[in-house]
Amino acid sequence: MSAPIHIQPGETFTLNVGPQHPATHGVLRVKLEMDGEYIVHAETVLGYIHRMHELMGENRTYPQVLPNLSRLDYLGALGYTHGHVLAVERASGIEVPERAEYIRAITVEMNRIASHLFWFGAFVMDLGGFTPLMYAIQDREYILDILERVTGSRLTYCYYRFGGLYNDIDDEFIPATKAFIPRMRESLKKYDALVTGNIILQKRLKDIGPLSKELCRKYGATGPVARGSGIDFDVRKNEPYSVYPEFDFDIPVYHECDSFARYKVRMDEMEQSLRIIEQGLEKLPDGPIMPAKKPKLIKPPAGDYYQAVETARGSFGIRIVSDGGKNAYRFKLRSPTYSNMHLFDEACEGMLIMDALALMGSLDLVIPEIDR
Amino acid sequence: MGAYFSEIFRGLQSLAIGMGITFREFFKPVVTVSYPMETLKMSARYRGHIELVEDEKGQPKCVACGMCQRACPSGCISLASESVEYEVEEKGETKTKKKKVLTKYNLNFTTCSLCGQCVENCSFGAIDFSKEYNLASSRKEDFHFDLLQRLKERNS
Repeated sequence: MSAPIHIQPGETFTLNVGPQHPATHGVLRVKLEMDGEYIVHAETVLGYIHRMHELMGENRTYPQVLPNLSRLDYLGALGYTHGHVLAVERASGIEVPERAEYIRAITVEMNRIASHLFWFGAFVMDLGGFTPLMYAIQDREYILDILERVTGSRLTYCYYRFGGLYNDIDDEFIPATKAFIPRMRESLKKYDALVTGNIILQKRLKDIGPLSKELCRKYGATGPVARGSGIDFDVRKNEPYSVYPEFDFDIPVYHECDSFARYKVRMDEMEQSLRIIEQGLEKLPDGPIMPAKKPKLIKPPAGDYYQAVETARGSFGIRIVSDGGKNAYRFKLRSPTYSNMHLFDEACEGMLIMDALALMGSLDLVIPEIDR
Repeated sequence: MGAYFSEIFRGLQSLAIGMGITFREFFKPVVTVSYPMETLKMSARYRGHIELVEDEKGQPKCVACGMCQRACPSGCISLASESVEYEVEEKGETKTKKKKVLTKYNLNFTTCSLCGQCVENCSFGAIDFSKEYNLASSRKEDFHFDLLQRLKERNS
């Protein structure tokens, strides 16, 4: 393994991973130039699931764009809709009642855990272990049940409205969530014993797939990918929005820069999300969920507005340029995985293909969100 | 050399712990439902496709104002109405008044994204989500619902 790799020019072959390949978790195509088992050059090819969400944001009224945002990242949809409503609220100066913001924060964190759980299962499945996926999906199912009772849907939520929420939480929400928290903590211990301590997983992740701090900065990587490389950046702490300043939670940061560090960041984040949910349920105030005064027609004054939120995959930014009309003049979405994915090209050069696929799994790619 | 063997030992131990956890899972109760034989009850807020709501006389509450049609992002609602003259007694005299009556309410469910804008924008509470989720077909025409017809069938 330690022998230097001599690559002869002209002795390589091209391997297409995707667009229909289970390891890419969607319709992503990676053109790999291979020398035996080693990658000489990689090129990610996008565009297989482009749906023009940005253009749709420009030719529809503001409320009509609401369902689009949850179609970006179907695993952590609430975070994205949260960013959208915050951006439009900031643009048109709508005050949000405190209760609505608390419910938003709680449901977003629930969704973040659900998203990380699915990533955990799919990632371990990439490495060849199928059983943890089943356990993770079972735990995720509890979250989806709670969210379904409140929002009415299980995956592509359209729950937040400009100014508040579609409807208030039901009576079962608080007891069900309180019962969920200790059960999830038990499960996290189980995952630690079953997966984190597992020798095969450690051998396949530790010191493999290094992403240096400089590489992350160069490509603008955010979220768990950057935090696994020692960059202490989380939008919830660095540019606080919503009610996050009220909560006491930590940002897990690891300095090892390998795939295992990114794995550990996400596992720790689930525990931090549980802490936020606990505090949110404790502090949840009474009151209305929609402001008393709300413009009937959303027409933000002309200007340029930006709002960033921390979703399960990193910093999601939404820029709205308004010309004072019913539609946005420019509707720009900055999706975190788009930046996170692009460092793969540079990072995987000279790696074994199986290690590169483990690296790709640790980036937590959701393709519809990259392509938009 | 010692580190080599201790790693082998710790590795085997971690595999045994994992096996122990999966073995214990065998005896836990089953959480899944055998779907076609058993079905789950949908929650009160479950969003199926929309359905017309009837008033106490069994007629649709809808006044054909078209707010749902305008609010829909995907344009999947199409409705038609006609003016009907009717007589009312007011202050002892009979007056003829006109009102809109719904004649057609079609929903193209293939493009619906269940955002709830139509339900939210309806000032009369005339549409609501159904609890229907057993929808499967290989023909798209099966998802073009005539909601007025469905309401009549429900009442008969």
